[in-house]
Amino acid sequence: MADPQLARRAVEHAARQSYGRLVAYLVRAWRDLAAVEDALGEAFTKALQTWPVDGVPDNPDAWLLVAARRRLTDAARSSTVRAASLRSLMVTTPDRPEEAGMLPDRRLELMFACAHPAIDAAMHAPLMLQTILGLSAERIASSFLVSPDTMGRRLSRTKLRIRDIGLSFELPQPEDLPQRSASVAEAIYAAYGQGWDSIASDDAARRGLSEEAIWLATVLVHAAPQDAEAHGLLSLMLFCQSRSAARRAKDRYVPLADQQIELWDQQMIAAAERTLGEAGRLQAPGRFQLEAAIQSAMVQSRRTGRDMRRPLLALHAGLLYFAPTIGNCVGHAVALADAEGPAAGLNALADLPSDRVATYQPYWAARAHLLARLDGQTDAVREALLHAIGLTEDPAVRAYLQSALAQ
Amino acid sequence: MQYMMMFYENEAEFAKRDNPAEAGAYWGAWGAYIEALNQAGIIVRGDGLLPPAAATTVRLANGERLVQDGPVAATKEQLGGYFVIDVPDLDTALVWAARSPNASAGATELRPVLPPPQS
Repeated sequence: MADPQLARRAVEHAARQSYGRLVAYLVRAWRDLAAVEDALGEAFTKALQTWPVDGVPDNPDAWLLVAARRRLTDAARSSTVRAASLRSLMVTTPDRPEEAGMLPDRRLELMFACAHPAIDAAMHAPLMLQTILGLSAERIASSFLVSPDTMGRRLSRTKLRIRDIGLSFELPQPEDLPQRSASVAEAIYAAYGQGWDSIASDDAARRGLSEEAIWLATVLVHAAPQDAEAHGLLSLMLFCQSRSAARRAKDRYVPLADQQIELWDQQMIAAAERTLGEAGRLQAPGRFQLEAAIQSAMVQSRRTGRDMRRPLLALHAGLLYFAPTIGNCVGHAVALADAEGPAAGLNALADLPSDRVATYQPYWAARAHLLARLDGQTDAVREALLHAIGLTEDPAVRAYLQSALAQ
Repeated sequence: MQYMMMFYENEAEFAKRDNPAEAGAYWGAWGAYIEALNQAGIIVRGDGLLPPAAATTVRLANGERLVQDGPVAATKEQLGGYFVIDVPDLDTALVWAARSPNASAGATELRPVLPPPQS
């Protein structure tokens, strides 16, 4: 006798744990992402109808795989699908659940396809979130601050393009691997949230997909254990995540220097340190490892009271070498101010192109902070604070900056 | 492209305008936001509005005038002000809409402005 509750939970569990695996496995043969996702969606619907009646199958993933495969082959007979896809699917996938053992994990191949240079870079992260984690276009759109309609259209267009250009779902050639892995890591980082700037915002503009991004990075590390930057990326995100409980007090943002260390997630910090250590052993430095090392140094400085200003400045300079983004330039200027005084930091800020920083919130928050350290509350400080307040979208940061203005 | 940003506020937000303990932060946040829009040079026009209690609504039904105190619909969030901004695309408009102080205690609606008729 089947237990409907249990069956429903089994479907949900499979959807969460196996969605990406199933998409990755099927699309390798079928090469049409949209069709695979549709077929899988129908397989899940069928599972919701039949599992509560017939019971949960012994190998739920294989059951879903075979159901989706049947949808694809049925559709193939009634349309003009390339014979090669059909043949490939027939050969590489089982046609009965009993024949399927453990599914090989092809999610890394799928990640590489999603972050392929032939695909618009802005779509790398959304595509990964949808195909590996099964997130809806609405959810992804909100996180990237575009309209759900637009995101849905962009996703469909990208999937059509993948099909039409005949993108392969194989691992890249070894000589292309470093470049291609970097794109995958960038996309996961984009999913984690924009603006993880260590300055005033700490990590202000978090957009709610942080856990999903950490999950993607875990998959990446698992599938590519020799990729130092994958470890660096995971470590960085774990460090950021470990402080999430300490970052707000009564709806007001709390900067790292004032956070209660007891609220940090010690286990997560230990995992972040461990991951960073593994990255180090691979001896291939990169931007994510440096950012994680900056996190590690800041955590140590808070925990032990040791003066880490010089090492932090060196790490920031190294980061600029790998990734001279506007956010990293601002971070470097703040580290410079910590090590050599606010005037040095302000000089570094003044060197940044004014059209790039005009609406960049962390720049104004950093400028206000350093000006105030140089000569107290002046009109210039107030002006910079007003800019920072007007440009933030985080109410907790707004409240924090407004209290600084009132002092 | 021109978009109207419509700032919807809940009752608590409207109440902050006259509450001595909260008015400073409320107007400070709006002042800073409007100044940021101004500096970006994207404002076409805009106004703040008095709370919905100050609204009066008129309808004509079967030739009869019906005048009613208050806004058209008694929804939880009410229009508190608007700006028409000129930006390249919806994505840019959304960035500015997310920064409006009411976005975290209400909502900001974006609507493209009807282009003038082609003559």
